[in-house]
Amino acid sequence: MSDILEIFMSASFWAAAIRIATPLIFGVIGALICERAGVLNLGIEGIFTAGAMAGWMAVWLGAGLWGGVLVAALTGGFFGLIHAVLTVPLGLSQHVSGIGVTLFATSLSYFIYRTALPDVASPPRIEAFQPLDIPVLSDLPFLGPALFQQTPLTFLALFLVAATAYVLYRTPLGLAIQAVGDNPAAVESQGLSVYGLRIGAIVAGSAIMALGGAFLTMSAFDAFFFGMVNGRGWICIALTVFASWRPGKALLGALLFGAFDAFQVRLQTEVGSFIPGQMFLMMPYILSIAALIVVARRTDYPRALLVPYFKGQR
Amino acid sequence: MIRFEPRGPVAVSRMIGVSVTAALAALILAAIPMLFAGLSVFDAYGLMIKGAWGSMFAFTEMLTRAAPLILTGLAAAVAFRAKLWNIGAEGQLYAGALAAVAVGTGLISGPSFVLVPAVILAGALAGGLVMLVPTLLKTRLGVDEVVTTLLLNFVILLFVQMMLEGPMQDPMGMGWPQSEPILDEAALPKLMDRMRIHWGLVIALAASLGVYFLLKRTVWGFEIRAVGENAAAARHAGIPVTATFVRVGLLSGALAGLAGVGEVAGLKGYLTADLSPGFGYSGIVVAMLAGLSPIGVVFAALFIASIFVGADSMSRATGVSNYLADLIVAISLLCVLVSGLFLRFRIRLATSSPAQETAK
Repeated sequence: MSDILEIFMSASFWAAAIRIATPLIFGVIGALICERAGVLNLGIEGIFTAGAMAGWMAVWLGAGLWGGVLVAALTGGFFGLIHAVLTVPLGLSQHVSGIGVTLFATSLSYFIYRTALPDVASPPRIEAFQPLDIPVLSDLPFLGPALFQQTPLTFLALFLVAATAYVLYRTPLGLAIQAVGDNPAAVESQGLSVYGLRIGAIVAGSAIMALGGAFLTMSAFDAFFFGMVNGRGWICIALTVFASWRPGKALLGALLFGAFDAFQVRLQTEVGSFIPGQMFLMMPYILSIAALIVVARRTDYPRALLVPYFKGQR
Repeated sequence: MIRFEPRGPVAVSRMIGVSVTAALAALILAAIPMLFAGLSVFDAYGLMIKGAWGSMFAFTEMLTRAAPLILTGLAAAVAFRAKLWNIGAEGQLYAGALAAVAVGTGLISGPSFVLVPAVILAGALAGGLVMLVPTLLKTRLGVDEVVTTLLLNFVILLFVQMMLEGPMQDPMGMGWPQSEPILDEAALPKLMDRMRIHWGLVIALAASLGVYFLLKRTVWGFEIRAVGENAAAARHAGIPVTATFVRVGLLSGALAGLAGVGEVAGLKGYLTADLSPGFGYSGIVVAMLAGLSPIGVVFAALFIASIFVGADSMSRATGVSNYLADLIVAISLLCVLVSGLFLRFRIRLATSSPAQETAK
C-alpha cells in the first residue's frame, strides 16, 4: 500500500502521465473538432501514423523540428481533405471512408518509409525536442519536475485545448461549427456554407490529430517504428465520447488516461512477477471501452453526427 | 453545378461494373507509388500477375490466401448489411484460431470426423462470442460498436500473446511464443499433394453460398436487410431489431472465427501471434469491393489475394517493399467508395440550381 502511495508522491509519475497524455490531447481535440461539425473521422489512426512518419522524415531530411511539425500538420490536413471530400459533398459512409483513410495513410507511410530506407538494421534517429527549461516554474520543488519539464509540443497541446475552447464557444466561427453538427439546414438558411464549414473543420481537426503522431516520433521517441501508433487513434475516438465533445473534459480525460497508464506501468514493476505483462498492456484498451460504457447512457451526440447533408434537401 | 439524383433498384451488371471499375482505377493509381519506388509499371504488374496466376503453385498459393479473405469479407458484408459496424474481424479471427488450437491440440481425442468438426465449431463459436460483447453493448447500453470492436482487436491479440507465452505455450517449442501443433486428426485436410491449399477454401466457398441463401431466401435474411435499410422503420414494422443485431453479430463473428480456424488448422498447424497479416481489415475492403454481396465477396477476395501474393513475389524479385500491396488494397477501398456513387446516383451536370428546381 505504501508502495502505491509512493508512486503518486513521485514527480516522475506526474511527468510521465502528462507525457503519455500529450498525443491523446492532440487526438481528442482533433476528433472533437471533426465530430462537432458532424463528421466522425476514423481516419485518425492512419493520420497519427502519417503525422509521425512525415514529421520525423522532414526532420531527418533537415527541415528542423518546427519544420517537421508543420509538415506533419499539412500531411494530416491532406488526409483530412480526402475524408472531407468523400463524406461531405459526396456524402459517403463516414465509417467506411474513415477506415479507408486509415488504411491508405498507414500503408502509404509505411511504403514511403521502406522505400526511402530500404534496408536499415536500426531506425535512424533524429535530435528530438528536449524538455523546456522555463525560468522559475521548472525549478519549483516537486511541481517543477512534475508539471513544467515537458517538451514544447506538450505546451502546444495545452494551448490548442484553450484555443479550441475559445473558438468553439466564443467566436461566430465556433458557433457555426457547432450548429453545422447539430442542424446543418439551419446553417444553410443563415447563408453559411455547410460544406465549407464541415470540410474546414475536418481538415483542421486532422492537422491537429497528425501533431499527436508527430509528438511520438519527435518528442516521446526520436525515430519511426512500424506499428508505433498502436491503437492510440481509436482510444482518442473513445475519449472524445467520454469527454462529451468538450475541450476541457477532453483534456481531463486524456490526463486521467495518462495518469492511469503511468500508474499501471509503475505497478507492473511492483507486482510484475505475479501477473503477465500483457494484462497491463490490455488495460488502456479495456479502460477506453469502460469509459464508453460509463457515459453510454448520458451521451449527447452532436445531433447531425454521421448524417450527410445535401443542399436543398430537408 | 453537379447534381446527384438517386437511382432506383440497381442491376447486378451495374454493380459488377462498379467493382471492376474501382479495381482498375486502383491499379492505375497504384502506378504513382510504383514510379516513386523506381519500378517499371508494366514489368511490375507482369511480375505480380505471374506471381499470383503464373503457375500451379502460384495459383494455389493465391487461392490459399483468398480463403481467409472470403471469410473475413463475408463477416464484414453480413454485418454491414445490417449496418452493424463490425471492424473487429481481426480479433475474432484470432479468437477462432485460439479456440481451434485449444480444442485441436489434445483437449479431446478421437477420429478426424469428430475432431475436425469440433475444431471448426469451437473456432466459429469463439469468434461469435467475441462479437457478441460489442453487439450486446450496442443493443443494451447504446455503446457505439465501431470503437469497441476496434479496441477489442488489441485486447484479443494481447490475450493470444499471453496464452502463447503462458498456459498454451508449446513445451517443445524452444521457448518461442507458439502453441503446440494441432493433432493430425484435427487438421483440415489438404486439397492437393505438395501444395499448401487446404479445405479452408471449401469452407469459405460453402459459407459464401450459405450467406447468400440466408440473405436472399430466409426470414432472418429479410430482417437483416430491413434493419440495414432503416432500423427505426423495421422496428415500427414489428421486426425484432435487437434479436436481428444479435444474430448478425454472432454470424459475423463466427465467419471471422472460421478464417482463424482455416489459417491455424489448415495452413500453419500451430498458432503464433503473427498468424494474420491484417485479414480482418482487408476483409472490409473485400466486402466493399463486392458491394456487400456474398457471391461477389469470393471474386473480390480473389482480386485482393492476387494483389497480396503477386506483390510478395514482385517484391522478392525487385526488392521493392511489399507494403505496396497494402497500399493498392487501401486505394481500392477509396476507389470503390467513389465509384459506388455511380451506382446509387445518376450524376448530372445541371443547368439550374436544385433550389430553383424545387421551387418550380
